[in-house]
Amino acid sequence: MSNDILVITEHMDGKFSDVSFEMVGKAKELASALGGQAVAVVVGGGVSSNVFASDSTIHVDDAALSNFNPEAYGKVIEALVKEKSPKVVMFGWTVTGMDIAAWLSARTGAPLAAYAKDVRVEGGGIVVSSQAYGGKLMADVAPEGDMAIVACLAGSFPVEAGQGSTAATTMASPVDAGSLKVKFVEAIKPAGGDVDITAQAKLVSIGRGIGGKENVELAEELAKALGATVSASRPVVDAGWLPRTRQVGKSGLKVKPKLYLMLGISGAPEHLEGMKSAELIIAVNTDKKAPIFNVAHYGATADLFEVAEAMLELL
Amino acid sequence: MNIVVAIKHIPSIADDLPVKGNNVDFDSVDFVLNEWDEHSIEQAVLIKEAVGGTVTVIGVDLIGELDNALHLALAKGADKVVKITADDPAADSHMQAKWLSEAIKGMGADMVFAGVQASNDLDGQIGPMIAAYLDMPYIGGVSSIEANGDSATVNKEFAGGAGAKYSVHMPFVAGVQSAPKPPRYAPVSKVRQMAQSATVEKVAPSGDASSGLAFKKMAPPVVTGHAEMIEGSSKEVAAKIVELLKSKGLA
Ligand SMILES: Cc1cc2nc3c(=O)[nH]c(=O)nc-3n(C[C@H](O)[C@H](O)[C@H](O)COP(=O)(O)OP(=O)(O)OC[C@H]3O[C@@H](n4cnc5c(N)ncnc54)[C@H](O)[C@@H]3O)c2cc1C
Ligand SMILES: Cc1cc2nc3c(=O)[nH]c(=O)nc-3n(C[C@H](O)[C@H](O)[C@H](O)COP(=O)(O)OP(=O)(O)OC[C@H]3O[C@@H](n4cnc5c(N)ncnc54)[C@H](O)[C@@H]3O)c2cc1C
Repeated sequence: MSNDILVITEHMDGKFSDVSFEMVGKAKELASALGGQAVAVVVGGGVSSNVFASDSTIHVDDAALSNFNPEAYGKVIEALVKEKSPKVVMFGWTVTGMDIAAWLSARTGAPLAAYAKDVRVEGGGIVVSSQAYGGKLMADVAPEGDMAIVACLAGSFPVEAGQGSTAATTMASPVDAGSLKVKFVEAIKPAGGDVDITAQAKLVSIGRGIGGKENVELAEELAKALGATVSASRPVVDAGWLPRTRQVGKSGLKVKPKLYLMLGISGAPEHLEGMKSAELIIAVNTDKKAPIFNVAHYGATADLFEVAEAMLELL
Repeated sequence: MNIVVAIKHIPSIADDLPVKGNNVDFDSVDFVLNEWDEHSIEQAVLIKEAVGGTVTVIGVDLIGELDNALHLALAKGADKVVKITADDPAADSHMQAKWLSEAIKGMGADMVFAGVQASNDLDGQIGPMIAAYLDMPYIGGVSSIEANGDSATVNKEFAGGAGAKYSVHMPFVAGVQSAPKPPRYAPVSKVRQMAQSATVEKVAPSGDASSGLAFKKMAPPVVTGHAEMIEGSSKEVAAKIVELLKSKGLA
């Protein structure tokens, strides 16, 4: 057993995601408190891995791993974890990290603290602050045992602390690609042809509170009067009320408009990931305890239909 | 095609979520079907309609009220429903995943679906853990599955409409993010009919696992910021928002 922290980094199209750097920065802080090393782990080819401020970087560089494959990546990471027996393994709680963190926890018996917003050392062990119930509650948990897995929400720590130029040690993949049951076939590119919501200065964003497809028109009218574009939370898109291209959030697009006017969106962590750096956030929601009010600049506990109609009369 | 769908009953996050001791006070919240489970049931029924087969829906009965959710699943097209009689609202995800995988083991499943996450999964999602316990591969964030012979074509989402297509050999476990179509609506009359006629198979919980997380504290977040609240009637709120936007040159 060591006191090292392994950080499982993520990359796409040759670029590491911010959460990778955020975790490396945090890992350095934890490692120095625990007397171990912060080790960045890069799985897959086609990316330059000498970009972290880690104490060391391991790059499992193999053409067979160039595309994300939950089975292959999981097995590579499991093998590394068994070899290094670190104190903590950090994942991003992202659409790819989520495929592996809980699997690894069940495989190794190491506890997993997901939705982590903070990790700190207390009395020789770690304590994780995690978001629960869509951000309505925070839980402080202490993982038991020799090794813990922590899955961090993107945007929880500063990016800069993890940026550096540590030279990576390359190793071959321990996994036989031929034995895999999951095979990558091809990439799916986003559908083109719609407006690009990431390029809009003003967004009127609707959530499940809009109630039905027939009500989307009201949001369209309000957006038109404001010179804005309509975007949405995931449930609106899943229901087929707006196309996928309009979705803001973890599995949607990251936007940073001058105005983000939110109608009937609760403010779940997955939505916040996509819009929390908007310059002016105004939220209208009937639930005075909606988590979005902790993030918005201005809020109103009011009915979105009444407010939208009244705004239209004034514009 | 033999498809097993694991569903989860969770405290409704629309509620106030009172805290008792170190966890939610389970006696004073409503339990609802995890929203992503609606999508995994829909995905399973779509495959059954395309290639034939059986859809078995299984859940852990945490508070003795899972039957409603199971009847709903039958009304939406499931063929068989099973509940693990646990009666322990505080069972963590590891424990539930263990019970589910023990119950699923003998079912000869070609595919096992689980919702991609539930709002109370602090120790991780059920899907990948079931996969680990059953020694099957897992793929999550799935937006469509088509069965062809002994493998399936599975689309996984990354972000903003980008994703990847995989070919996955059966048996496997998938975490369903959304079905290719919005989940179908089951009329109340049909749910009621199922409640009267259907049999829910009961299985005792078997196996043991623990999250290994010691809860130190659970509480509403320490709020570092709060929106400046605009008070008044809807008309007044609208007027103040418009005024604010105008003052910033945004309207
Ligand atoms: C070890 C590992 C290796 C990986 N390797 C690959 C790989 O080789 N190929 C691959 O495709 N994925 C790969 N991934 C997946 C990828 O890195 C991200 O996890 C995935 O994009 C999901 O990101 P997210 O939703 O968590 O958002 P984030 O990680 O927060 O966002 C990823 C970045 O992508 C940008 N982005 C999102 N959508 C779009 C879009 N439609 N167009 C342009 N930019 C966009 C965001 O703005 C953000 O900067 C890998 C993941 C892991 C864990
Ligand atoms: C892996 C993963 C990725 C995800 N990615 C995304 C993502 O990219 N984007 C995303 O948005 N979500 C994403 N989600 C889903 C996310 O967890 C939430 O379920 C979602 O953001 C909730 O959307 P919502 O706020 O519209 O709905 P809800 O949480 O149901 O909120 C609706 C709100 O409307 C309010 N309301 C109702 N009626 C009215 C009215 N008349 N007037 C005013 N207010 C009203 C309610 O009080 C409530 O607060 C993801 C989830 C997972 C598991």
